Amino acid sequence: MPELQIADRTFRSRLIIGTGGFRNLDMVARAVAASGAEMATVAMRRVDPEARGSLLTVLEDEGCFVLPNTAGCFTARDAVTTARLAREALGTAWVKLEVIGDDRTLLPDAAELLEAAEQLVSDGFTVLPYTTDDPVLARRLQDVGCAAVMPLGSPIGSGQGILNPYNLRLIVEEASVPVILDAGIGTASDAALALEAGCDAVLLASAISRAADPEAMAAAMRKAVEAGFEARAAGRISRRDYGRASSPTEGVPELT
Amino acid sequence: MPTVTLNGSEQALPDGAVVADAVVASGAPTDGRGVAVAVDGEVVPRAQWATRELGAGGQVEVLHAVQGG
Repeated sequence: MPELQIADRTFRSRLIIGTGGFRNLDMVARAVAASGAEMATVAMRRVDPEARGSLLTVLEDEGCFVLPNTAGCFTARDAVTTARLAREALGTAWVKLEVIGDDRTLLPDAAELLEAAEQLVSDGFTVLPYTTDDPVLARRLQDVGCAAVMPLGSPIGSGQGILNPYNLRLIVEEASVPVILDAGIGTASDAALALEAGCDAVLLASAISRAADPEAMAAAMRKAVEAGFEARAAGRISRRDYGRASSPTEGVPELT
Repeated sequence: MPTVTLNGSEQALPDGAVVADAVVASGAPTDGRGVAVAVDGEVVPRAQWATRELGAGGQVEVLHAVQGG
């Protein structure tokens, strides 16, 4: 599998793991190891004096590049400030930009997202925006200088998979930056489908962290992403309306 | 003694308190690793923590990285 290049970094793994939803840090460590992921997201929240252990140390030990997100932000202004806080705290100018527009569906707010992306790019950030599956918005995000586009398959944590494969295909066709399917993955076949559809990588959290056995699901996702990528590269057969025998139609004996 | 809002709770700090004092009061690791501070919605760079004084009524947020998607 060729390496995935995003901005100036390369990754051997095409699976990016979100650290949200795991029961504890030990489970994070085991799932990250089983997934083979080399990049993991974190959120920025108020310091909790009671907190035990260090997430950053766990991710460092697993050799993971830390990607802070702006989860919880509903305006461009809050998202930009959160990205700047993350840069200050973690010493990275990479950000998973997330600007939510609706509490119930957690769908992105397109207008605020684009505005925040533009500001952060001009402030020197490497911006990876979590976006809707709208090909036009994906193009606009790319045009303002985002390093990747990360369309959703379906709402965050919903596990509904890829609801609009057609839109995803359009985004992939047009993109000159990596396309990372972010959100909605429920199980391994969803992840494989994303890569088969031409996505460069998959970002997921809940599908692993909330699985009955997160470590086993992480291993399954690793294989699914590899299988999807390899199947895409191998070139699938075209769909046919009717059957087509694979055994020879000549030389069939008369037996009655 | 200035009273600020520190991570959502009222916190009395000594006169002349600076951002670094609020970081300690928040319970963050004293080396400040992985920590960032916003005062009244603006990021305060680490280089200014030791000198930037906090005024009464200030809104101080001390953040760090947690598990998140």
